[in-house]
Amino acid sequence: MELLHDLLTNYTLRTVALGAATLGIVGGGLGSYAVLRGQSLLGDAISHAALPGIALAFLLTGSKDPAVLMLGAAGAGVVATLAILGVTETTRVKYDSALALMLSVFFGLGLVLLTYIQRHAGASQAGLDAFLFGQAAALVERDVIIMALLGGIALLAMVLCWKEFKLLAFDRTFGASLGLPMRALDIVLTTLLVIAIVIGLQTVGVVLMSAVIIAPAAAARQWTDRLGWMVGLAALFGALSGAGGAMVSASMANMPTGPTIVLCMGAVVTFSLLGAPNRGLLWQWWRDRRNARRLRRETVLVDLYALALKHGDMQYAHDESALDAMLAWSGGVHVALERLEDDGLVTRTNGHRWRLTDAGVQQAQALADDLHLSLR
Amino acid sequence: MDSNAPALTVRDLTVAYRDEPVLWDIDLTVPAGILMGIVGPNGAGKTTFIQTILGLVDAAAGDVRIFGASYEEQRYRVGYVPQRGSVDWDFPTNALDVVLMGLYGQLGWFRRPGATEREAARAALDKVGMAEYADRQISQLSGGQQQRVFLARALVQDADLYFMDEPFQGVDATTERAIIDLLRELRERGCTVVVVHHDLQTVPEYFDHVMLLNVRRIASGPVEEVFTDENLRLTYGGRVGFLRRRQDAPVPPDPVPHNES
Repeated sequence: MELLHDLLTNYTLRTVALGAATLGIVGGGLGSYAVLRGQSLLGDAISHAALPGIALAFLLTGSKDPAVLMLGAAGAGVVATLAILGVTETTRVKYDSALALMLSVFFGLGLVLLTYIQRHAGASQAGLDAFLFGQAAALVERDVIIMALLGGIALLAMVLCWKEFKLLAFDRTFGASLGLPMRALDIVLTTLLVIAIVIGLQTVGVVLMSAVIIAPAAAARQWTDRLGWMVGLAALFGALSGAGGAMVSASMANMPTGPTIVLCMGAVVTFSLLGAPNRGLLWQWWRDRRNARRLRRETVLVDLYALALKHGDMQYAHDESALDAMLAWSGGVHVALERLEDDGLVTRTNGHRWRLTDAGVQQAQALADDLHLSLR
Repeated sequence: MDSNAPALTVRDLTVAYRDEPVLWDIDLTVPAGILMGIVGPNGAGKTTFIQTILGLVDAAAGDVRIFGASYEEQRYRVGYVPQRGSVDWDFPTNALDVVLMGLYGQLGWFRRPGATEREAARAALDKVGMAEYADRQISQLSGGQQQRVFLARALVQDADLYFMDEPFQGVDATTERAIIDLLRELRERGCTVVVVHHDLQTVPEYFDHVMLLNVRRIASGPVEEVFTDENLRLTYGGRVGFLRRRQDAPVPPDPVPHNES
């Protein structure tokens, strides 16, 4: 409650929470495409590559205006992307190697430039290294407005080219056969991804920014099988973790904002991987268990039927251990029999012996027919 | 535009990846209104051949005419079914949505598919016996059903000339039947279909014409004339006997590679 009150009255907290929510929405939305196209690592490369761009922008202009630094970051991101494509297309270096190469080379260059700036560029230089892990507290209203404006444009472009981007992500070759300029669309979509990354760097930092691109989208994919829902959910998850992380870090001493946001996203991903219906691990485990039990019940039923046929008497009762033996003592027979009893398919005679009811005979016959078993 | 022009004319088509020729000096004429199979061993360039015709792969040399004009001019008359394995079937979308993609080119920029397009897509799904699966997530379809969704996507393009890349690859018997019925129906309507095919046994049954391809065009023309043991040997190398059932269609006496007349 106190936190909510702070959110309404505390200017800094409100600014940071709004900024974090904005980068979460944009990163989640556009990150969905990166995740679906298998380009998660491209996001990581772009964000790391932004560092030398930020340093160069400062060296050239002497300004620490976030708009100027963002422009530098975006420029470097685009150059890195083109370099990755260039290396992949003209040499035999594979895509993942080219990514790793550019990521580390650009990041290394960024660190060298940062060190140079710290040694040479007077007192006002301090603060650029905040871009490494982000410094959300430094966000002012103007920064958030710039983030929202750029992010809004990127999201608008995404919505306008919705079907074209969908085709690009799903079946690029077919799109090209329709005469759509898939290469140009690829460049536009990647540029939008660069924008989504760049607007988050000041808050989250170059090292962790890729999590904002990947995590909400990966979590959203768990909950839906529709692209529109996935993009919307990813934006929602991004916004909630962004604002949530900002508030958590504000309410505790010495909690860095960027990493806290990323941890919140990690929590959302973990929960989604485990708990989502259909795709969630818990769900799958439960479904497998249910299927295994149903299969066991059907096997026991058919086994009983086979035994009855052998004895030429549908009423013939058998000991539970005989069924256990038929299933090679793999267990679960007793539970299966009790469930079958509940369903009225088998019945118990004097203690441990079981026989089929009339309904049981019918069902076992149907099952055997389905499986084309010849039991006679 | 010449209405009597062949559906497809390819002249001197050569494609290379880094000095290595993938297709060498291919000439081919496909008359309108027939079903044609393209067969050849793995790596023979079958997919590349189709993709070059569709402008997806750059040719080093050669000329392609569709109904007497360039592909760019005739694009709207051409439908394409890529290999099923070329896309990620875990993509978050359903069967109807995939079929609608066939209309994206005609829709134009920024326009979303509406009721008319949905209607057409449903009709196409119905044609391939998939109407009841329209809302099914595509990863929950069997391989054969996925293939039929791809076919439906080409059908909504309402083309005159279709290129299909291995539509029979790994499908169940029902789907194989459905596809061949569909191909024949397309031929009835005057369409031309060029199919990359891998099962030599079914070539005489399914196709009117066949092209035997292995980097070069070994032969092409009516199946009964060019689908000979000799030509198959030239295409696949020596050991071709087991690829073909002997009781299939009497082997014509023509022992030399048949040149297109």
